[in-house]
Amino acid sequence: MNKRQKRMAAVAALVVGIGVAAVFGFTAFRKNMMYFYTPTDLIDHKVSDNAQLRLGGLVVAGSVHRGDGLQVDFTLADCQKSLPVRYDGILPDLFKEGQGIVATGHLQHGVFIADQVLAKHDENYMPPDLAKSLKAQGGTMHSCAPFKSAYGDSTMPAQAQAQAAHS
Amino acid sequence: MFAVVSADALRIRLQHDVLKSQPPRPQRLPMSWTWFHRLASPPTFFGLAQRLAPWCAGFGGALLLLAWFGGLVLAPADYQQKDAFRIIYVHVPAAALSLSLYMAMAVCGVVALIWRMKLAECVLVAIAPVGASFTALALVTGMLWGKPMWGAYWVWDARLTSELVLLFLYLGVIGLNSAFEDPRTAARACALLAIVGFVNVPIVHYSVVWWNSLHQGSTILKLGKPNISADMAWPLYAGLLGSYLWSAHAVLRRTQNELLLRERNTRWVREIAAATEPGA
Repeated sequence: MNKRQKRMAAVAALVVGIGVAAVFGFTAFRKNMMYFYTPTDLIDHKVSDNAQLRLGGLVVAGSVHRGDGLQVDFTLADCQKSLPVRYDGILPDLFKEGQGIVATGHLQHGVFIADQVLAKHDENYMPPDLAKSLKAQGGTMHSCAPFKSAYGDSTMPAQAQAQAAHS
Repeated sequence: MFAVVSADALRIRLQHDVLKSQPPRPQRLPMSWTWFHRLASPPTFFGLAQRLAPWCAGFGGALLLLAWFGGLVLAPADYQQKDAFRIIYVHVPAAALSLSLYMAMAVCGVVALIWRMKLAECVLVAIAPVGASFTALALVTGMLWGKPMWGAYWVWDARLTSELVLLFLYLGVIGLNSAFEDPRTAARACALLAIVGFVNVPIVHYSVVWWNSLHQGSTILKLGKPNISADMAWPLYAGLLGSYLWSAHAVLRRTQNELLLRERNTRWVREIAAATEPGA
């Protein structure tokens, strides 16, 4: 090996080494890389009532009920399960039924009490006319796919996930 | 002693004659690398950049103006974000460039480290401030977009955090470069940082796929069908191409400066300096 080939090998080893380290590191800390938990995560796994955490999901159609003042109750759902949410505050402009939401707060007797609600819009852009004609065909529904389980592959059935977590 | 020298001299003369009488050696490789080596020579690249840069600036600037007019005036408002979505025409090209320029910088780093090519060192150092600017622009436009739509300027989700790390990597390269007295040592240190930091590029791009984030997924910069209607998409593509050309112009010009600075004691730079002297 001449000097240049040695340098080539060193650079290749550096790139591969860092890549492998990153893969291991981020696989191990996958749960910590998740910005929010999903309703399925909170239902299938025991969560302390006082734990401050974020919950993400789609606002279930027909679940929004306005109470006194700014109080609002709604249900958030991922692709599998749903969880009731209570919030007292100003909602983002994009908040509506079917919209993606990320709420910060804590669980209390099976209800998520939110301190902050942020909108998580999707990556689709279209003019209002197109959206209207798509809606007539039932096509502008936001996808539940971006709300991935923090505990594993979101395509895994909830039961299998729970078993994997308990074993 | 005398005999040895004369024998050597004879051998050299013979070899010379043999070489002269032979037809030119056929090239071993089907593709010749001479163009590459010629391109790597500072005066050749300087001349090429001198000719290319104005075209990049002209076409890039025109495309950017077209993109902004198309995006801010012609394109229809979005069905859910209304006019606020229009910041996409600045945000997405800036974000795309922040990643592409880093990739280019890392490639220059590899060439600079392995082949010790001076031109690659100059390009690497020239890219860093341009990339840092586009990254900062992507972050600022993203924050301005996030407040009215998400409800927050900043959240620490994977996409936003990794893009911020990208900015710090660019700033690290800039800082490292100015921390060394010798430009060649500096460039080698920068090359190492650029290569190590490259691991962040796929993380930025795939952060919205691998993990949960507040940031939405990619609309056009992915495999498969774009998720944007055609009358909104064309200004975005024009803006992307315009930004690439504009940053090519910026990198070419910065590389030229870097070459002039490093080669200031060579003949070709003195010739250029003499030719461009006022009153010459």
